[in-house]
Amino acid sequence: MGRVWKFGENLNTDEIIPARFNITIDERELAAKAFCEIRPDFAQQVQPGDVIVAGGNFGCGSSREHAAVAIRGTGVKCIIAPSFARIFFRNAINIGLPILECPQATEIEEGDEVEVDLSRGEIHNLTQGKVYHTNALPDFVLKIVHAGGLVRFLREHDIEELMA
Amino acid sequence: MGTLVEEIFSRRAGRPVRAGEIVLLDVDYIMSHDNTTPLAIKAFREIGKPVRNVDQIVIHFDHAYPAPNLLAAENQQKILRFIREQGIRHFYHRGVCHQVMIEEGFVRPGGVVIGADSHTVTYGALGCFSTGLGSSEIGAAWITGKCWFRTPETILIRLEGRTAPGVYSKDVMLYLAGLLGMDGATYRALEFEGSYIRNLPVHERLVFSNMSVELGAKCGLIAPDEVTIQYLMRETRARPPFDLFAAEHPRYERVVELDVSTLEPQVACHPDVDQVKPLREVEGLPIDEVYIGTCTNARYEDLEIAAGIFRGKQVHRFTRVLVTPASQTIYEKAMANGLIEVFLQAGCTVNAPGCGACLGRHGGVLAPGERAFTTMNRNFIGRMGSPEAEIYLGSPAAAAATALEGCIADPRKYL
Ligand code: SF4
Repeated sequence: MGRVWKFGENLNTDEIIPARFNITIDERELAAKAFCEIRPDFAQQVQPGDVIVAGGNFGCGSSREHAAVAIRGTGVKCIIAPSFARIFFRNAINIGLPILECPQATEIEEGDEVEVDLSRGEIHNLTQGKVYHTNALPDFVLKIVHAGGLVRFLREHDIEELMA
Repeated sequence: MGTLVEEIFSRRAGRPVRAGEIVLLDVDYIMSHDNTTPLAIKAFREIGKPVRNVDQIVIHFDHAYPAPNLLAAENQQKILRFIREQGIRHFYHRGVCHQVMIEEGFVRPGGVVIGADSHTVTYGALGCFSTGLGSSEIGAAWITGKCWFRTPETILIRLEGRTAPGVYSKDVMLYLAGLLGMDGATYRALEFEGSYIRNLPVHERLVFSNMSVELGAKCGLIAPDEVTIQYLMRETRARPPFDLFAAEHPRYERVVELDVSTLEPQVACHPDVDQVKPLREVEGLPIDEVYIGTCTNARYEDLEIAAGIFRGKQVHRFTRVLVTPASQTIYEKAMANGLIEVFLQAGCTVNAPGCGACLGRHGGVLAPGERAFTTMNRNFIGRMGSPEAEIYLGSPAAAAATALEGCIADPRKYL
């Protein structure tokens, strides 16, 4: 179960983490600055297991992985949005940060308690008593997520095993 | 059979591939630059396996080169150590990575190239599937030589007619950005065709593929033709045989049609690339810095247009005018043909080839409250320095006219 932090549409990578903090690749340092300009209270108050819900095109802009790494560092368990910017989507998967595309995400409110079942693609909104069915992540994506990211997956396996 | 992206993926996979299918493909080249290579090295070391084929790796120093500060210098030193350690031959510091990739012959019709940079999509204008990825995937691809892709649905952009004098492919692309919006093509492939595209030289076609990512697209493709091949032979090191192919019985998710002949010069206004207006609506807005550069619009022909407007004139006294050729090769040609002299005599500052002022690190950083007019591809808040600065995007001609007047100006009166 996680508490929802709600964000708007077209959130770009600079809003997730301003470019001037990208000089480090330390996850904890990046996490401490996550959303620092648009939600200064976020990094302090977010709890491990919380969930981010946002409007469409989440994570647009740069190809830098720092944005996804910063969010993973905060302990956020999953990001839910109607759509994600393409490179952010890949980056999140590749570092093992699950994301779900859900057209009705906008109905979920700040502070709602939600439960997410990744392999079924189900989002249970406990506060509002609603269930959303989304496209479950494809098997090969789940393999990466379960391994904890592409790097960890490749440590143990060959890339061909992704598609097996 | 299928759209251009389905064609390329099918040829590569050796079986018919349709939109929606996930494929694991061999890639030709894996590109990264001084900004994104350090994280790729980190991922590579963490995986702990050897490079598959060192000649697939292409590394550029362009984002902050020569290093403007100690941190950048140390970063580049680390990358250089890695290049030496692995024996990487394809290492360049001759300008913006995307332009150099094309010039050095890494881009071919039907090719598959990945890069740790969002504007890797630029090669689509030459019929090459190319897309940007995060650094970890680049480090992983050094080891595997492969990458997974979800085959995208395609939006066809059909452009007919001829543009009026003073209107360029940049104006058309900005207009499309305004029309489709910043997420108008997320996860999709864009395909550009029509009589306008067929008659368009490659340096202008490249603007469409370059800015496809501004609409969220995975790639922006143009079917390779005679014009493509002549360009490759004349301007690049790529040599035949070249693969010519076209979309066959394609199914498009959506078709957008536009007659370009009535378009006038366009400007993308602060703070988003889809805030596009006809230039005349923002004419007269004071500008502190004009930047003619980047992977979008700093090719020889772009510099030629700007020089044509500057010849025999002086830029505005209080406007910083920066010209940064996209590559060393372009710089050389501009020098040989007297363009650099024109820029210098007009009062411009000519910078070393590379990304220059584009990313707000060096070569023309904006102060709070300053306003820039540039030939770049994106105008995010804070992109060129202070988050309190504003960025306006337009064609090289509009940038040159603006430089002369010190405020946004219509290029048509200088042609
Ligand atoms: S010129 Fe600008 S947009 Fe192009 S690769 Fe360099 S930083 Fe990126």
